[in-house]
Amino acid sequence: MPDPQLSSQGKLHHLLTLDGLPAATLRQILDTAESFMDVGERDVKKVPLLRGKSIFNLFFEPSTRTRTTFEIAAKRLSADVVNLNIATSSQTKGETILDTVANLTAMHADMFIVRHAQSGAAHFIARHVAPHISVINAGDGRHAHPTQGLLDMFTIRRYKGEFGHLRVAIVGDVLHSRVARSQISALTTLGVPEVRVVAPKTLLPPGVERLGVRIFHDMREGIRDCDVIIMLRLQNERMKGARLPSAQEYFKQYGLTTAKLAFAKPDAIVMHPGPMNRGVEIDSEVADGPQSVILPQVTYGIAVRMAVMAMLAGGGND
Amino acid sequence: MKIHIKNGHLVDPKNDRDGRADLYIAAGKIVAVGTAPADFHANRVVDAAGCIICPGLVDLSVRLREPGYEYKATLESEMLAAAAGGVTSLACPPDTDPPLDEPGLTEMLKFRARNLPGPRVYPIGAMTQKLEGARLTEMAELSEAGCLAFSHADAPLTDTQVLLRAMEYAATFDYSLWLRPLDPFLSRGGIAHDGPVATRLGLPGIPTLAETVALSTILLLARQTGVRVHLRRLSARESVAMVRAAKLQGVRVSCDTTIQNLHLSEMDLLGFDSHFNLQPPLRSLADRDALREALKDGSIDALCSDHTPLDEDDKQLPFGESTPGASAVELLLPLTLKWAREMAVPLPRALDLVTWKPAQILGIDAGHLSPGAPADICVFDPAAEWTVSPALLRSQGKNTPFLGQRLQGQVRYTVIDGHLDYGG
Repeated sequence: MPDPQLSSQGKLHHLLTLDGLPAATLRQILDTAESFMDVGERDVKKVPLLRGKSIFNLFFEPSTRTRTTFEIAAKRLSADVVNLNIATSSQTKGETILDTVANLTAMHADMFIVRHAQSGAAHFIARHVAPHISVINAGDGRHAHPTQGLLDMFTIRRYKGEFGHLRVAIVGDVLHSRVARSQISALTTLGVPEVRVVAPKTLLPPGVERLGVRIFHDMREGIRDCDVIIMLRLQNERMKGARLPSAQEYFKQYGLTTAKLAFAKPDAIVMHPGPMNRGVEIDSEVADGPQSVILPQVTYGIAVRMAVMAMLAGGGND
Repeated sequence: MKIHIKNGHLVDPKNDRDGRADLYIAAGKIVAVGTAPADFHANRVVDAAGCIICPGLVDLSVRLREPGYEYKATLESEMLAAAAGGVTSLACPPDTDPPLDEPGLTEMLKFRARNLPGPRVYPIGAMTQKLEGARLTEMAELSEAGCLAFSHADAPLTDTQVLLRAMEYAATFDYSLWLRPLDPFLSRGGIAHDGPVATRLGLPGIPTLAETVALSTILLLARQTGVRVHLRRLSARESVAMVRAAKLQGVRVSCDTTIQNLHLSEMDLLGFDSHFNLQPPLRSLADRDALREALKDGSIDALCSDHTPLDEDDKQLPFGESTPGASAVELLLPLTLKWAREMAVPLPRALDLVTWKPAQILGIDAGHLSPGAPADICVFDPAAEWTVSPALLRSQGKNTPFLGQRLQGQVRYTVIDGHLDYGG
């Protein structure tokens, strides 16, 4: 089947997932983001690339940081931004997703940034929008969070240079994580020779090794000699079911502490997509420590999102 | 009404007929095969040149949506669709609203159906009141009202003791229970087969264990109670092996699968198209291939459409929010033929799975062309090709994963109870 992200001319029209995108496209986005890095450091933090374009933040699931960084990115490109927080409850009261999309289209939208609790929701919306509208997936269920995956690659490249010699460990709730899926797609596509996932069996989806990763259940073994350690957020509701007995036990087994971090390479970087649960998946000493690049990730997220928007709107340097 | 169907190739799996023969119908019965009876003067001659004449299809799972879901489909639309698909008898599961748990509801459905053109409708009664899985229904009353078997549809049955009692009670009167094996806990929250595709797409999984654990319970209880059990809509390779073993042990068990599970797999989910959101979920290619083999070697006894017409809003949603199910009764014949072609199964053997075999499971006099039998007949052109499109489907539900597919085999005439209900 044709890639739903590409236009009939084969250009990137939507960004729904990193799964299946060629390495050259990923690199092009990272390079474009690099060129936007200085915009945030100027006095006038704006470039006119998207002037006159209307971008709608369409969040069916609450989010503060992702929505904010998209908003900042769009404004730095001089676009008009409208934020819509559509609680799932108001949706069930009547208006369907497609009604919402049709209404916003009638308001001459140019781009939708979509977050939704269901895997595949961004694909669904992309399939139903008018042909001139681009859709960026800002997180759909457990499926994908492509701009997060890209900003993570951007961060890794900034700190570690090229990808071809790295060993990367992704630690935690891979099962429920759209971030992990996008990271795994990007890391394997960009040629990282060893991608590991580290988690108890209850937090790994079946057949995850077929995504091209090595499975570890022991945290120390899993991060041994790694260049990059990516910690995943563990949502509190995971403790309510039968997947985990307690936050304390999880932290003891899989929480990143200074002692465990010593098993990784001395110059390993520590990443986290946020928001962090300190004392659950990561110790404050590590989160705020010298190897942490968690705050730079947020800064880079703006440049990466600018790059994606600019490219989809046709104004990128391609 | 006397009908003479001539020039066709007649296939009657039960009577082992497979050759050129005419068929003669009078007063709702088949009166002769081959040679016309003395002084037979047809009111209507049907030319079946180039066509197959076979028993009308018996579909073990067709949701007619009445009572309760008339906005999704009506008895009129779905019976017409079934007739257009060559189906002359159908069993409808009790998952209506309210469920078919009272004689009055069953009688009403049968009465409504009898007064409309289209197939014979056989309601399957609810096994527990309101399908709540707690108290048994009045099975004897329901049986008198026309229920040929009892089922729990897809409603969760959490209390194993209730299942045991239902089996004991049904066995008392030799009623058959139709059960879809599904463990409500292991399937909880699941959307897609718990395999590599669901992992990649981030869809919550329904493991094969949800089917096999429940199946194992059913088979053990069935062996203990001696009840007749028909297992509905098997989806997994392991299930087939378990049923095969149980049959060898003498458990009175039969089973079916659906045309969707026979032709599609988890791979079809990759575009997140809600039309592939089905129950049971589309499983691995290995599962699909095992179902295809098991149908060929007779381990699976019948093939059904599992017709579930939905309105457009049910499918115009992200995958996980859409309602599972496919409109399928019109595709039962062409998809049976497609499987037979791909698996090199002779036509009589393939048609057996949608005529005589399901008729036996349902316990009705149908699915064969013996003189004296009810005149339920399907005439189809095996070579005619058509493309599945919303406009061509008579069902009110246009929700099929086969949209746009080119299929071979098209029904020309359907005779039900001696009346030309389709193609006249």
